[in-house]
Amino acid sequence: MTALIIRGGQLIDPAAGIDGLKDILLKDGRVAEIAAPGKLKTANGAEVLDATGLVVAPGLVDMHVHLREPGQGYKETIASGTAAAAAGGFTAVAAMPNTRPVNDSPEITRWMLAPERNAAIRVFPIAAATRGSKGETINDYAALKSAGAVAVSDDGLPILKDAVMRETLAAAARIGLSVIQHAEDTRMTHANGAVASMNLGPTSFKLGLRGMAPEAESSIVERDIRLVTELRDARAHLHVAHTSTAAALAAVRQARRSGLRVTCEVAPHHFLLTEEHVGLYNTNAKMCPPLRSAADRDAMIEAILDGVVDAIATDHAPHAVHEKEVEFENAPNGITGLETALGLSLRWLHKEWRMPMGRVLSLLSAQPAALLGLKGRGTLIAGSFADVVVFDPKAEWTYNARETRSKSRNTPFDGWTMQGRVRWTISEGRIAYAAPVS
Amino acid sequence: MNLAPTAVRRQLTTPPVPASPFPYNPGSLLSVLDLDLDGISHLLARATALETMDPLVRDRILLKRRVALLFYESSTRTRTSFELAAKGLGADTTLVSSLSSSIEKGETLKDTGLTLRALGAEAIILRHNSSGAAWLLEAETRLPVLNAGDGMHEHPTQALLDLRTILAHLRPGVEAVNAETLSGVTVAITGDILHSRVARSNMLLLPRLGAHVVLCGPKELLPDLAADAGPGIAIERDFEAALRQSQVVMMLRIQAERLAGQQLDLEEYKAAYQLTGPRLALLAPTAVVMHPGPIIRGLEITAGVADGPQSAILEQVHHGVAIRMAVVERALTAAQQGGRA
Repeated sequence: MTALIIRGGQLIDPAAGIDGLKDILLKDGRVAEIAAPGKLKTANGAEVLDATGLVVAPGLVDMHVHLREPGQGYKETIASGTAAAAAGGFTAVAAMPNTRPVNDSPEITRWMLAPERNAAIRVFPIAAATRGSKGETINDYAALKSAGAVAVSDDGLPILKDAVMRETLAAAARIGLSVIQHAEDTRMTHANGAVASMNLGPTSFKLGLRGMAPEAESSIVERDIRLVTELRDARAHLHVAHTSTAAALAAVRQARRSGLRVTCEVAPHHFLLTEEHVGLYNTNAKMCPPLRSAADRDAMIEAILDGVVDAIATDHAPHAVHEKEVEFENAPNGITGLETALGLSLRWLHKEWRMPMGRVLSLLSAQPAALLGLKGRGTLIAGSFADVVVFDPKAEWTYNARETRSKSRNTPFDGWTMQGRVRWTISEGRIAYAAPVS
Repeated sequence: MNLAPTAVRRQLTTPPVPASPFPYNPGSLLSVLDLDLDGISHLLARATALETMDPLVRDRILLKRRVALLFYESSTRTRTSFELAAKGLGADTTLVSSLSSSIEKGETLKDTGLTLRALGAEAIILRHNSSGAAWLLEAETRLPVLNAGDGMHEHPTQALLDLRTILAHLRPGVEAVNAETLSGVTVAITGDILHSRVARSNMLLLPRLGAHVVLCGPKELLPDLAADAGPGIAIERDFEAALRQSQVVMMLRIQAERLAGQQLDLEEYKAAYQLTGPRLALLAPTAVVMHPGPIIRGLEITAGVADGPQSAILEQVHHGVAIRMAVVERALTAAQQGGRA
């Protein structure tokens, strides 16, 4: 493998406590050396990327994406989804198992990891917690872990039954896998076959849409925390996916104070948008959990700023245009997010709300890598994987969904101003994305 | 113990909510909020003018223009009065209903709308079981779309004909409305508010003319948060207290088709909320009794009240044709006039 030097950039590696001008040498897929500008010892014959004025950081890690393969290649493929991820600065994504069929077997896990999928960056499958994600029978976690699964989840659906969730937490703890819960009490949100399609509140009443109560999320989080408490196994790790309500965050906050291993992620749309952004039935503002009240959104911001939130995850959920051009209540849940997460996080968390850039980057790389136990990722210390993002932190640009690398463009952020433009994304020493020369 | 942060530490600037692009077409009537008070006054005046016009003159106004009625739900009053209204202005109408069209074969609303446009439809009148369907159809076709009821959301022409009925009784001769026209008038809307598009359109329209809207019903059919839908709206759980303060009593049907398995004790409901002769005589002896129909005699209203002297139910139906003539005329002429009527 050829060697690559990134020269003259501001290296920000929050996990290693580095923030300064450095040159970095990548060799054989790993970080070989970091040195003061011009001081690299072994630079012979390497390709050089000039990062003057740019930030060099660990490649971003998205612990919650839907790549739609196997089974729904018209929405996204592993190739197209990871191309979008690379354009967004990501070098690792964790793919949820709600594919067709559900990824509940080592065979499907291995199929997703095969070179024939043409992934632009690293994919880490999350296996289904229960067979077919039906919430009844737990899968063989040891076999799934050996095949490459990094966590278990029935995402898209909750693990609803107390007994099954208890068994899932216990079995995953023994194997050393995290349990990622889609916290939604579907007995409340799918009452009698009438599926709710937005947050329950004055806005849903005004729009004549059935609403999802915030308690449908928080009650499951509270139940899960109780199960973790009762389990008394220090290895047990509960991770709350796409947290959207103040009440769920309060439960996580309290569990942490009690010393439990309970973590959570928040998606950019949940710290930026509210139910008002549904407007007049914009199906690109429909997802599950839904956009919540302004108070809930403010609680997401607060919890990110004060450190209760462990990761920013996109919940990238591509759907074909024709699937979203339907009546609001009939449209599928989900929006794309891989190309906008960094630009929105820097624009709002860093620029507007003054969060230090290193902390923003940590939420997008080091912390999710640690939650998934991805060794050698989320940092650039020598010996780590050569997963790097190089971006212009000052560049302001406008996102155009029509130019997406994803197969889908169901985003509410089309036309939004982004801060920080990715110049290169490097996956294990190979340039996975290079910005078009302008 | 509440461990939630008590308040956000500082006032944060957050992303703005973008302005609505609707309506795309100045002839559309998707919501009562599409009309300002001048627009409402104009429609009321046109309704009267068209109603009293020589039919052979009126017939020339939209002669041979094409109007499609697209109905995904059954309807008697709305469909017939829209059809009579369009035909009364000389337009050709065609009816597409979900049970006798390619909709049964899985054609989407978008494709159905584009097909109607390709067939020459110049406006589409839509009744649909999904809230927001009219907005989707307008965005995809950019034609004038008249919302004839979308799910549990809105039914703007019903609210306009209800307004015309109220004015005829309480403010006879008034067509130019303003923010005080209905000052001092309390309208009690009673029954299945949760599932009612008629209730939503009326509660968003009548307070803008100064009326006070009191919503009445049990919690299952009237959530507390309905009071936050707009200004001038209050909730009164006690039907008799609501009747006592009202000059207009609007009764609603329980929409069994939208209850989604909710259980409701009908005997209990009737005991608390049925509009009976004795209740009316005792508590609201001069109130105007209204109902958008279909009425279920013996459930929300007794036959005696429905047929009684205070009932304006059939007048409402009658006003529907005049209002819909004005709305259809606006749909096909607003673009030429270069603005929203």
